[in-house]
Amino acid sequence: MAIIERPSTTAPVPAVTGAGAPAVVTPSQAYGAFRRPVATSGWRSWVFTVDHKKLGIMYGVVAMFFFLVGGLEALLIRAQLAGPEGTVLSAGLYNEMFTMHGTTMVFLFVMPMAAAFANYLVPLQIGARDVAFPRMNAFGFWCFLAGGLFLNTSWFLGGAADGGWFMYQPNANALFSPTNGIDFWGLGLQITGIASLTGALNLIVTILNMRAPGMTLMKMPIFTWMILVVQFLLVFAIPVITVALFLLMFQREFGATFFDVSAGADPLLWQHLFWIFGHPEVYILVLPGFGIVSEVLPVFSRKPLFGYRFVVFSGAAIGFVGWGVWAHHMFASGLGPVSVAVFSVATMLIAIPTGVKIVNWTLTMWGGKIWFSTAMLFSIGLVVQFTIGGLSGVTHAVAPSDTQQTDTYYIVAHFHYTIFGGAVLGLFAGFYYWWPKMFGKMLSERIGKWNFWFMIIGMSVTFGPMHIIGLQGQPRRMMNWTEARAGEGFFNLGFWNRVASFGSAILAIGVALFLFNVWQTHKKSSKTPKAPLDPWDARSLEWITASPPKEHNFDSIPTVHALDEFFHRKYEVDHDSGAVRKVATAEEILAAEEAKADQHIHLPSPSYWPIILAIGLPIMAYGVIYYRLLIIVGAAIVLLAMFGWALEPSVADDTDYDPPAEDGGSNKELATIG
Amino acid sequence: MADITVHEPVADGHDHADHTTAGHDGHDAAHGAHYTSTGLSNNKMAMWLFLGSECLLFGGLISTYMLYRGRHPADLGPDQIFDIPFTSVSSFVLLMSSLTMVLAVSAAAQKDDRRTNLWLTITALLGATFVGGQVYEFTVMYREGLGFTSSLFSSSFYTLTGFHGVHVTVGIIMLMALVGINKRSRVPGDKAEVVEIVGLYWHFVDVVWIIIFTLVYLIPS
Repeated sequence: MAIIERPSTTAPVPAVTGAGAPAVVTPSQAYGAFRRPVATSGWRSWVFTVDHKKLGIMYGVVAMFFFLVGGLEALLIRAQLAGPEGTVLSAGLYNEMFTMHGTTMVFLFVMPMAAAFANYLVPLQIGARDVAFPRMNAFGFWCFLAGGLFLNTSWFLGGAADGGWFMYQPNANALFSPTNGIDFWGLGLQITGIASLTGALNLIVTILNMRAPGMTLMKMPIFTWMILVVQFLLVFAIPVITVALFLLMFQREFGATFFDVSAGADPLLWQHLFWIFGHPEVYILVLPGFGIVSEVLPVFSRKPLFGYRFVVFSGAAIGFVGWGVWAHHMFASGLGPVSVAVFSVATMLIAIPTGVKIVNWTLTMWGGKIWFSTAMLFSIGLVVQFTIGGLSGVTHAVAPSDTQQTDTYYIVAHFHYTIFGGAVLGLFAGFYYWWPKMFGKMLSERIGKWNFWFMIIGMSVTFGPMHIIGLQGQPRRMMNWTEARAGEGFFNLGFWNRVASFGSAILAIGVALFLFNVWQTHKKSSKTPKAPLDPWDARSLEWITASPPKEHNFDSIPTVHALDEFFHRKYEVDHDSGAVRKVATAEEILAAEEAKADQHIHLPSPSYWPIILAIGLPIMAYGVIYYRLLIIVGAAIVLLAMFGWALEPSVADDTDYDPPAEDGGSNKELATIG
Repeated sequence: MADITVHEPVADGHDHADHTTAGHDGHDAAHGAHYTSTGLSNNKMAMWLFLGSECLLFGGLISTYMLYRGRHPADLGPDQIFDIPFTSVSSFVLLMSSLTMVLAVSAAAQKDDRRTNLWLTITALLGATFVGGQVYEFTVMYREGLGFTSSLFSSSFYTLTGFHGVHVTVGIIMLMALVGINKRSRVPGDKAEVVEIVGLYWHFVDVVWIIIFTLVYLIPS
């Protein structure tokens, strides 16, 4: 917020700031239509904030909420399938449940949780004080929240979407799905898509343009690299689903017939548009997790990342090849032998860069002094489980085998091993690794290990049997199974369905343990000890600053000389013996940075406009579904907010922070914080 | 993004003062003096990325149209509906607006606000003429019986050209807002980079129209 004045030896700031405390001066003049929000505490300081760290935490909290919603949906699905002829859910409700489970986990949990980490950490990792477009960042968060809530209000307004998360046509026509659920789905994803697109533009510009001096692309922390690749995927994938969702909206709300077979339409158009988006999307989901474990594994193996360049370029290669494999989701749709062969080979190719990463992670651990912290356990869990998911993925690349597996539980097993094993375990590794950085408190390692083992066993017991269930021919999206057709002996479907449902309960306990751990850590915040400045002996730039970081991130922008800059400031290699010895502690490095603190740090000012603009969008969306005049109301809010936004400078003028007083003295509105 | 020049900062002795402003969106863009790692301004880079994203938006819409262009009743297809001479004239008007946009950018670079505003206004007028032509064209087609839901051809045609029309309209709003902002600005040439960025968008929309005009109107079905 505002400006941060720092007492210095040459020009002491007036006494009101207290000894050594940074002062926040708030602007006093009006901009645009309103005066700027100036609160530095209370709910206003969160709702109108443009601080990337606060927004990152908000992304995380909301994504965790949707994780629980999606998890509840999954538990209901498993409850339904726990016994033959399940009666927990009706057929219609079951359809809504698996559709919303997939949609929620993909769009409202994994993507925004990755955005939470990206928002919080990327500026810290590259040595910047905020992102390139702070208000757009806030706008992205509010769009995500608005879209997610809008999507879920469908539960209370006649029923949620029920066409599967890929919403195949013509099954998603009004004829087969007469409730408004799919309209809510399409419009809700359109709004969260805006969040992803603005976030992606913002992070790419931030990463390319705002690196600290000396930080070349090849000295960038690997997490930031993976986030950069993901944002490029988003920039080019989101517009494709945007087109598909518009066509869907025109079809369901305005009478067009884009996917109506009786009108001569080609429903494969939907499949192509959806999967041209949808396949890059799966890399959008897993690459942030890959980035997180690529940070965690070296730290806890006490070795640099093996083949940093290979990990970077294989990440980029996954990003490129990921565009050429979408039709492997459509092998059963009759594409013709040439297309199938091409996409089959391309899909096998993409296993190469992924395999390179697995080898790099393994060799990072090889010969290292491994510290089995919770974050490390989750990372190793990712390497193992994702490898299993990758191997079943290779069986899908073989088109004849895929044709057998299409629409069976084998597919469900595969993508849960990749997405849960690849993305979710990575995110949990990130929680444990960066919690002391973000909140200044350590999560309990003891509860953390229980959390890990429950989750890893729970996931194996839940998703492992689905391979068997699937190969035995149980279809996906089927609301029940019967004992009569369950089969015999070891391959009895009924037995393995019960096992999978039991596993989902273990998994749920694992997630509950995480929440308990967070509660335990923060319930009496003043009594729990503060985390050490460098609890893991970490390597990258975000650990150079305080925990949690100050509002302006860095007192002085660090100059970068090496990959793993923080490590190289702590350790030196003794040239005679080749031994590594410690030359500085984290506290000393922080003190050295603080000693040369910058004066007059201008941070972007908070703003009302991002949230106002985001509120206009769901109003327009409700208008499309219920009452067209509402569209105009929503559009008016959007237009008003855009002009307010454009007229308000993102950083107030210097004179606004420190207007010259009548007597030539300093500004009276100096306020202290901290 | 050919004009990204990679500028690797000197490791030592870098002037930290350049770094003290964290946010660049908007008010200080015109100065262009702020340090960035690539040397390209944040706003301009964001616009290039956005246009890259737009390529796939129009790619999807054009593909949909190409798939469905032949699916219509025999008497209500492209051959009966399109008035190619009329659309050629409005296309020419739109292309000329790119020329006037270039003149506006050039005037802004020379810090000549009066001429900048003149060319921006003319660009907006030419754009408005094009949109007006599109509205007229749609009206004629509707009178001839081609509604939005008449056939797969008509739905995909109206969707594609409608999206393009909306993009031109947004461009006109941006141009007029820019004239308003320029008039309030007290520093000549203050908004030169904003003019250039709006220009990028405007040229992009023109280039998309060249593709649409060729594929939709000129190539016989």
